[in-house]
Amino acid sequence: MQTSGSPAVQVRGLRKRYGNARTGFKDAVAGLDLDVSTGEIVAVLGPNGAGKTTTVEILEGFRDRDDGDVVVLGEDPRDAGRAWRARIGVVMQDSRDLSELTVAEKVRAAAASYPDPRDPAEVIAAVGLTEKARARTRGLSGGQRRRLDVALGIVGRPELLFLDEPTTGFDPQARRSFWDLVTGLRDDGTTILLTTHYLDEAAQLADRVVVVRDGVVVAEGTPDALGGPGARTPVVAWDDDGVRRVERTDRPTAVVARLIAAAGPDGEVPGLSVSRPTLEDVYLSLIGEAPINDEERGAA
Amino acid sequence: MSTTASTTGLNRLDQTGATARRLPGTLRLGLVRGGVELLQFVRERDSMIFGFAYPIVMLAIFATVFGDDDPIVANGVTVSFAQYFLPGMVATGIMLSTYQTLAMSIAVERDDGTLKRLRATPLPATSYFLGKVFLSLVTVLVQTALLLAVAALLFDVPLPDDAGHWATFAWVFVLGTATGAVCGVAYSSVPRSGRSASAVVVTPILVLQFTSGVFFPVGQLPGWMLDLSSLFPLKWIAQGMRSVFLPDSFAAAEPSGAWQHGATAAVLATWLLVALVVGTRTFRWRRHDDG
Repeated sequence: MQTSGSPAVQVRGLRKRYGNARTGFKDAVAGLDLDVSTGEIVAVLGPNGAGKTTTVEILEGFRDRDDGDVVVLGEDPRDAGRAWRARIGVVMQDSRDLSELTVAEKVRAAAASYPDPRDPAEVIAAVGLTEKARARTRGLSGGQRRRLDVALGIVGRPELLFLDEPTTGFDPQARRSFWDLVTGLRDDGTTILLTTHYLDEAAQLADRVVVVRDGVVVAEGTPDALGGPGARTPVVAWDDDGVRRVERTDRPTAVVARLIAAAGPDGEVPGLSVSRPTLEDVYLSLIGEAPINDEERGAA
Repeated sequence: MSTTASTTGLNRLDQTGATARRLPGTLRLGLVRGGVELLQFVRERDSMIFGFAYPIVMLAIFATVFGDDDPIVANGVTVSFAQYFLPGMVATGIMLSTYQTLAMSIAVERDDGTLKRLRATPLPATSYFLGKVFLSLVTVLVQTALLLAVAALLFDVPLPDDAGHWATFAWVFVLGTATGAVCGVAYSSVPRSGRSASAVVVTPILVLQFTSGVFFPVGQLPGWMLDLSSLFPLKWIAQGMRSVFLPDSFAAAEPSGAWQHGATAAVLATWLLVALVVGTRTFRWRRHDDG
């Protein structure tokens, strides 16, 4: 991580309300705080409807907010102008581009808007579309179109890149090479704010993970430390007369030894497993869909 | 600019370089957008061919169906049906290539997210519109040239041979094209989706073609219908074009008895300004349902 300390993004008490007097109001974002340091990759995780995209679109300057302070690259996105937009890159969620232009033509036209763009051919190569450079956009596959979106997002040499669920619809190999591209951009000094549904993607890419639920941040930390030290306590599970037992312990070997001692003559403990909660387990418990639920915790 | 090799094969972020360089100019980006629009237009070949063919085919149908057996007479001067309908076809071609094309393409680009994506870049809105207007201008010029050539060569329509008539043609053409283009931009916010755009955009212009004296001689239209159509630009562009391509004596056949160049300029300029103000205030980058 090469953070230089100055914040790329600073959000305090962000609020956004949807709806009207007739249908009732709903707070999509309900007092959210968020910091992204320069040079950092931060992943925003959360279930659908948690307010991720609304938050990101406010930071990108697409949406107005109802309350709160937002500073992105030193400016309020609400009144930031062209010079500010030249410093950010945006890869949006939906892409239905049915253009008759070729990949190369689109990237070149986009590059023309920026004061100091990257070389379009280099960018096309970086996203792995060199072979498709002369192909029309409307003929691209979903994954190729997504990579074109990324090319259009980075051709302006952004200091801050927003990636909204960038690898949805990618096959595992395309996802791998996309991850390499993103870490490469970070190594080049680009700050990246990523929203994703994929926990492995967050674990692989992010310096810091922020979990959002019901419009507020419920947890944040490095992918290894998310949820606090207790969240990664190993779990020993076994069957006891057909009932599943779960025990969370820092000394799983001792628990297993005790179970063996208490076991029958063959020393076999039915259904025995020892596991350390993954980022996904921690995440699911944070958003309230815990595989380790309260009852099981009580059994520990 | 540094060129340090990196894992992506991209050059390193060079912040001093980025801040030192100036943003490209609005006019230059307008030309870039114009190039993009033109490429896109030429490659959608089916739509291009039908767009160019429409006024020519309509002229051919009218000229063939009504033929020479029912020529139009005014003040003892006779013109062929083809000549009589040519001004209307020029006017309708202008409105289709400006108002209709722009309103539909912007509505579709709003719906498919193209506009929102452009909004995330430093491209000025003005450059986007300049690109659209550039395409309109090019298509209107090509379309009108083709129409006049077909009318002169295949239907023996005499074209004006004096500078005065062509000067009138020039200002009606330029003002009509500008008004149509700006109206298209302003109207593009009316359709609620790209799917509804063709019905919402085409219906009013189709109705106006019938009520503005494009398809029928103006004298055959009920007074109230023509009065209503006089509120809209098409009737005035058509009337201005009649003053170019019909003998001067035909002014007497106009319901008002004159070509009314002053009123034509006034109505078109009013629409141009009102649509410009309304359009810039109501323009949306995002869809209706997008927050």
